[in-house]
Amino acid sequence: MSRKGKNMTTGGGKLAAVAAGFLLAAGFVAGLSTPASACEECKGKYEVEGRKSGYLFSNPETRAIQDDDFANGGMLWVEKGAELWNKVDGKAGKSCASCHGDAEESMKGVYTVYPKYVQELGKLENLEQRINRCREANMGAKAWKWESDDLLAMTTYIGYLSRGMPMNVKIDGPAAPFFEKGKEEYFKRRGQLDMACKHCHYDHAGQYIRADLISEGRGGGAFPAYRLKWQKIGSLHRRFKGCNKQIRAQPYKAGSDEYVNLELFVKWRSRGLPVEVPAVRR
Amino acid sequence: MKKNALACIAGLAGVALAAVAQAGTVRDDGLKPYEVVGDIAIPKPLTDKPGDPANGRKLVANRKKGNCLACHKIEQMKDFLFHGEIGPELTDIASNMPASEMRLRLVNPKIVNPDTIMPAFYRVDGLYRVMKKFQGKPILTAQEIEDVIAFLVTLKAPK
Ligand code: HEC
Ligand code: HEC
Ligand code: HEC
Repeated sequence: MSRKGKNMTTGGGKLAAVAAGFLLAAGFVAGLSTPASACEECKGKYEVEGRKSGYLFSNPETRAIQDDDFANGGMLWVEKGAELWNKVDGKAGKSCASCHGDAEESMKGVYTVYPKYVQELGKLENLEQRINRCREANMGAKAWKWESDDLLAMTTYIGYLSRGMPMNVKIDGPAAPFFEKGKEEYFKRRGQLDMACKHCHYDHAGQYIRADLISEGRGGGAFPAYRLKWQKIGSLHRRFKGCNKQIRAQPYKAGSDEYVNLELFVKWRSRGLPVEVPAVRR
Repeated sequence: MKKNALACIAGLAGVALAAVAQAGTVRDDGLKPYEVVGDIAIPKPLTDKPGDPANGRKLVANRKKGNCLACHKIEQMKDFLFHGEIGPELTDIASNMPASEMRLRLVNPKIVNPDTIMPAFYRVDGLYRVMKKFQGKPILTAQEIEDVIAFLVTLKAPK
């Protein structure tokens, strides 16, 4: 079977070369402070206590793109996020930096604990929503739309600042009932094809479903991830939607309570796995 | 799973009508009636028209229809790339399974294995959050089920 051959043309060297060319053209290299293989140190950390990152189910060509910041298309979004960090926006005349200072200090590790329970809201909040709360409440600026370039860029940037750190969400205390709801979602059959997440990602992880090698569906430290299929960075909720639609199930809205609860469950399943943002996936 | 056949279907349809399974009775979900025997077989074809194996072969490959190749390897279908490995190989299925049991596997494999990943291809009840455009429709029609079976019964490994 020429599965490998196919992977090479769809996910492999050609795209890497295109992406690399694009990055060079954008003058990206000059502004970049990190070395090309920033995630060198987290190799070998993709499996923790038997829990495997989607990285280990990616084909070698896709992994190579992730491992090389000059080829990784997601790094453009990191760069854009860093710019937005310092950009004044909204009625209060502030930027993120006005209050949070140097993001490399203030935002380090933040990604690893989201979604988390917020007392004032009486429910979970994920990183995208936390960013938007700051925009609305603290900057007098409009919330960024879900899956907009700006929100993706800022989320990717903040994720990137935790790269290599272990995922570490809390599921006890007031978060517990929301965690239980997320878990229920994961195990509930749905759609015309009548499958639950667990049928693919627990029962048949490590097996091919047509041309796709099914991972353990953790992905907790990976998103926003650059998907070669999307030719773009995308949120975890976009991935959830895709996984719902392929079994002909009505997806929820990105940012819905259902997906944020599911996100907590998925990120708990990824506990201890390193943040890979921006990961690269097929 | 030692329920009798009628109770089993009635239970699945969420109706208490035992009559629902009798041939000729109209089911309330719009699907053709069928009778499950011994929790493993549906002996009678769903339609009077015999299945068309050539069309069955197409349905087995078609990603929007049977898409059986997503999960099953079939040696005789090497003309299609990428056979999945989720379910058992079907290359020699005709030597191992009678058509009646294939029919139940296609109509509703959950009667055999409640926890299976394999979809029920001829079922519309008891589903959750089905996308609008697929609501009330089975994945395959009764005739398409018979077409797929007509193809499956030709699958014998060369000895
Ligand atoms: C007017 C000040 C102000 C501005 C401007 C502001 N924030 Fe905040 N931000 C806060 C405060 C206050 C908190 C809560 C701090 C805490 O909980 O310790 C917070 C919390 C956060 C958190 C959660 C940190 C954590 O440890 O959980 C994130 C992420 C965040 N802000 C991102 C942003 C981003 C991105 C921007 C720009 C788009 C921004 N903030 C703009 C004041 C601000
Ligand atoms: C029909 C099988 C199937 C079902 C059901 C399914 N997925 Fe997936 N999922 C896939 C495939 C195939 C991929 C891409 C390859 C991979 O990473 O597993 C994927 C990828 C993912 C990823 C990305 C993993 C990574 O590290 O890149 C996550 C997270 C995920 N799925 C979560 C879910 C959730 C949550 C559900 C239930 C709402 C679900 N999936 C249902 C097949 C499925
Ligand atoms: C999502 C994966 C999936 C799809 C799609 C699928 N199957 Fe299956 N199938 C399985 C699994 C897994 C089994 C193993 C038994 C079980 O889980 O109940 C199975 C079992 C079978 C069996 C019994 C085989 C044996 O040796 O006992 C037959 C026959 C069968 N499938 C035919 C089909 C046909 C025909 C199609 C397409 C119309 C199809 N399957 C689509 C996953 C799938």
